[in-house]
Amino acid sequence: MMATAISHDITQENAHHVWRSFKTGLWQKEINVRDFIQQNYSPYEEDGSFLAPATPRTQSMWNRLNELFRQERKKGVLDISGVPSSITAHAPGYIDKENEIIFGLQTEAPLKRAIMPNGGLRMVLNALKAYGYMPDPHMVEAFTKYRKTHNEAVFDAYTADIRRCRSSHILTGLPDAYGRGRIIGDYRRVALYGVKRLIERKQEEKAELDAAMSTDDIIRDREELSEQVRALKELQQMAASYGFDISRPAGSASEAVQWLYFGYLAAVKEQNGAAMSLGRTSTFLDIYFERDLEEGVLTEQKAQEIIDDFVIKLRIVRFLRTPEYDDLFAGDPTWVTESIGGMGDDGRTLVTKTSFRFLQTLYNLGPAPEPNLTIWYSPRLPDGFRDFSCKVAIDTSSIQFESDEIMRRSWGDDGAIACCVSPMLVGKQMQFFGARANLAKCLLYAINGGRDEITGDQVGPPLAALEGDSLNFDDILDRFERMMDWLAGVYVNAMNTIHYMHDKYAYERIEMALHDYSPMRTMAFGIAGLSVVADSLSAIRHASVRPVRDKTGLITDFEVSGDFPQFGNNDNRVDQLASWVVSTFMSKLRKYPTYRKAMHTQSVLTITSNVVYGKNTGNTPDGRKKGEPFAPGANPMHGRDRLGIHASAASVAKIPYRDAADGISLTSTLMPEGLGRIEKDRIHNLRNILDAFFSTTGFHMNVNVLNREALLDAMEHPEKYPNLTIRVSGYAVNFVRLTREQQMDVINRTFHG
Amino acid sequence: MNDSDIAVSNQLEGKSPFELRVNLGKSIPESDVRTALTTGDMGFLHSFTTGSTVDGPGVRVVAWTTGCQFRCLYCHNPDTWTLTNGVPVTIARAKEQLGKYRRGLKVMSGGFTLSGGEPLMQDRFAVKLLRAAKEFGIHTALDTNGSLGDRLSDAELDLIDLVLLDIKSFDPELHRRVTGAEVAPVLEFARRLAARRKQIWIRFVLVPGYTDNPDNVEGVAKFARA
Repeated sequence: MMATAISHDITQENAHHVWRSFKTGLWQKEINVRDFIQQNYSPYEEDGSFLAPATPRTQSMWNRLNELFRQERKKGVLDISGVPSSITAHAPGYIDKENEIIFGLQTEAPLKRAIMPNGGLRMVLNALKAYGYMPDPHMVEAFTKYRKTHNEAVFDAYTADIRRCRSSHILTGLPDAYGRGRIIGDYRRVALYGVKRLIERKQEEKAELDAAMSTDDIIRDREELSEQVRALKELQQMAASYGFDISRPAGSASEAVQWLYFGYLAAVKEQNGAAMSLGRTSTFLDIYFERDLEEGVLTEQKAQEIIDDFVIKLRIVRFLRTPEYDDLFAGDPTWVTESIGGMGDDGRTLVTKTSFRFLQTLYNLGPAPEPNLTIWYSPRLPDGFRDFSCKVAIDTSSIQFESDEIMRRSWGDDGAIACCVSPMLVGKQMQFFGARANLAKCLLYAINGGRDEITGDQVGPPLAALEGDSLNFDDILDRFERMMDWLAGVYVNAMNTIHYMHDKYAYERIEMALHDYSPMRTMAFGIAGLSVVADSLSAIRHASVRPVRDKTGLITDFEVSGDFPQFGNNDNRVDQLASWVVSTFMSKLRKYPTYRKAMHTQSVLTITSNVVYGKNTGNTPDGRKKGEPFAPGANPMHGRDRLGIHASAASVAKIPYRDAADGISLTSTLMPEGLGRIEKDRIHNLRNILDAFFSTTGFHMNVNVLNREALLDAMEHPEKYPNLTIRVSGYAVNFVRLTREQQMDVINRTFHG
Repeated sequence: MNDSDIAVSNQLEGKSPFELRVNLGKSIPESDVRTALTTGDMGFLHSFTTGSTVDGPGVRVVAWTTGCQFRCLYCHNPDTWTLTNGVPVTIARAKEQLGKYRRGLKVMSGGFTLSGGEPLMQDRFAVKLLRAAKEFGIHTALDTNGSLGDRLSDAELDLIDLVLLDIKSFDPELHRRVTGAEVAPVLEFARRLAARRKQIWIRFVLVPGYTDNPDNVEGVAKFARA
C-alpha cells in the first residue's frame, strides 16, 4: 500500500518552512528520496573554477587532528572506551566544540574506539589485549554468561565441511567473527523527512503485517521492524544529546548535512561492519546548498567549509579490530564509500557543484583513503567534471572509477557502492556479504583429488588419483568443475549460516530502518585468484605441464615447458578461460538455495588480501611459486600483461558482468610520464583511457599515478610520506601503513609507462 | 589460429617491449625475406604496445619494426638494427591485431604509430599496414628518420596523417658522425612533406657532447620554422 499523506505529522507551517521552494511531487506522499532529487536538483556542466580553498578554521581543525593521528600511529590506537557501544551509549564528543560545524563522534572523544561485542566477544578481547587494555569483567560476564554473540552462534551451526574449508583457507575472510557490513542506510531520509515521519512509516509497515499468518518469516519481519523503530528513537535521542531536534526535516544546508551525518553516525556507533559506506549523498545535499546560496544565506566558501567539516568527520571513523585484521586489509579500512556523479535515467547528468566540493576535500585536507570517493563514470558525463576528476586522480591517487553505464542499466540511477565495487539501490537493496573462495586452491584440489596441497589433508571430495606425466586439459577441466561444484555448495551453506545468525544476533537496526520494508537482498559471493587460474588452465592447454609429486603422491609442484598465452594481453585464447571460470563458478553457486531467498551475485575483488591468499596457496601450474601473492581482484598477474594498459584493460573488460554482478575490480598503475608530458595532456589522456574502458564493458578502474622510485623511497623513509595514498583493489590505503609484503606486492605490479 | 601464428604470438606478445630481441627471424630463408620485402605480405616486428601517450597524439597503439640503416651512437634499442632480430609477422595477422583496438583508439582520439627501427626499411609492409589502419578509420603516424622517404609515392604519403620526423643533426658532418649517414635526404623529405602540407612533428634528440652545439640546435629550429 502507498504511504499515507505526510501533512498530519509535520504541521503545515513547519513543512512549508523546511521544504520551502522545493518542487512538490511523489516524494511528499511517500518515502522517495530519488523523486525528491529528480524534481529538485540542478545539474552542473561547467568546470571546477568556482571551488573554494580550505578556510583557516578548517586548516586548524585538521592540524589538530593530524597531531592525534601521529599519536595514534605510534600507539596503534589512541584510546579505547570499555563501554559496549550502542547509538546512545556514549556522551556527546567534540574535537573543538566552538569551531566545529558538523557535530558528532562515535564515542566521547575523537579517535577513541568503541567495543562492539555483539559481533563476537573474542575479537574484542583479542583487540583489547593486543593494545594493552583490560576488559571490564562485567562486560565479559554479560557476553559469556547471559548474551550469546554472532560469532558463537555461527560456530554452533557450522558443518564439519565448512570448518575444514575455513581452516585450509579455501574459504577465507568470512564475516563469522566480525560485522558483515556492506549495508547502506539511506541516511538522506533523516534529512529530508525527519525521524518522526520515518518512525511512523515503520509503524505502518509493521501494522500492514498484522493480517499475515505468523510464519517464521513474518515473525522475524515484525521483530525486525520493532527493532528498527527502537533504533530510530535512539537516533533521535542521540541527536538531542548534541542539542539537535531531528524529529523534523532539515531546513538548511548545514542542517541537511548534520541530520544525514547523525543517521550515519548512529550506524557506526552500533555496527563494526567490514564496510560502512555512506551512499550517494552529494547531489541530494546540493539541493539544500543551492537553495541556501539562492537565498543569500550561504557563500561558496561557507558551503565548502561545511563539506570539509563533514568529510573530516568521515575521515575519523574508527573501529577496534585486531592487528591481524588490520594486516590483512592494510591499516584501518572503514570503506566510507561515497558515490559521486553518474547520469540520470532521463539523460541529465547527476553531477552537481557539491560533487565537485566532495572531490575538493582531497586538496583542502590532502589525499586520504577515506571517505572512499567513487566516481560513477560515463563518457557522457560533462567534460568539466571528467577533467576535474581525472586531475584529482592524477594529483592524489585517492579516487576510483566505476561504470555508471553498467550499474545504472542493472540497478537504476539512485545506486551507491558499498565497500569497493558492490552496487546497490540506496534504501531499497542490501547485500549479505561473503568474502571469497580461493579458486586457485580449488584448482589444486581438483588436481590432487581433494587433498590440500600444503597440509596433504583430505579437505574436498576424493577424486581418483591423477595419472601420467603431463596434465591433460580436458581431464583437469572436468575435475575442476566437479571441485567447484562441491566448493560452491559448502560456500552457500556457510553464507546461509552466517547471515541467519547475523540477523539474529547482530542485526543492523538503524541501517535497516533506513531501508524500505522487504528490500531486495543479494548474497554476494566472491572469488580470488582468477588470473592465476586462467593462466594455469592456459598453461595446461597450450604448453606442457608436468606434475611433481612428493613421497605421499601429493602433487606439490609443476614443471612447465613451452609458452602459453597469459591473461592481460587481450588474447581470447586465455581471456575466454577467465570468463569461463567466472561464469562456471557462478552457475554452480546458483544451484544452491540462499537464506531469505537472496539473489546470488559474486565479485572479483580482493582488496589487499591477495597477498594472504597467495601465502596460503601452493605452487600453481602457471609457474607462480608457493606463497607468492595473487594479483589483486581481476588484475592480470604482475608483469604478465605486457602490451600496455589498453590491452590489459581489454582482457579484464571481457569478464561478463551478469556473472559477477557484485563487481569486477581492476587496479591500474600508471607512470606520470606515461600519461603525457604536461598536466593538460595527462588529464586528457587519462580521460581518453577511462572513456574507452567505460564505453565498453569495463566495470571498475582504480587509478594510481605513481612512479616506482617514489614508492621505494617511501618504504625507506615513511616519515616523509605520511599521506601517500594509493589505490589497491577497490579501495585506497595509506602506503606507509601497509606491511612490507604488501608494499612489495604493490611495487611489483605492472606499471604502465 | 594455426601453429605458426601461435609461435609468432608467443614471441611477439610473450615479451615486454623492453626486452632484447635477437635472431627471432633467423629461421626465415633469405629468399623469403627478400620476397617479404618486395611484397610487404610479411614484416619483421620488434614488439608492439598499447596505451602509449608519447608516440603521437592521444592514446596509441605502437608497433616497432626491425631494421635500420642508421647507427646512432646513442641508440637506446640497437636490437632493432638488424631485420632478422624481429619476429616475422604476416600482414593478415598484424591487421587482425590492430583491428582489436580500432574502436578504443577512436574513443581515445589516438591512433596507430609505426616506429622502429626505421619502418621504411620495410616500406611495402609499412604501406600495407598504414593502409589497413586507414581502412579501419584509425589515425596514422609514421615515426621515421626520414632518409628513405623517397620510397613512398605521393599517394602512399596520403595514408599517413602525421609524420614524426627525427632530425638527428642539422650539421651534415655531425649527422654523419652521430648516425653514420647523410642528412641531405632527410631534409629533402622534410621539404617534400612541407610542400604537401603534411602534418609533421620534428623530433630532435639532445645528446650532451654530440648534438648540443647551439648552432646545430638553432639550425634545426630555423629549418623547422621555414
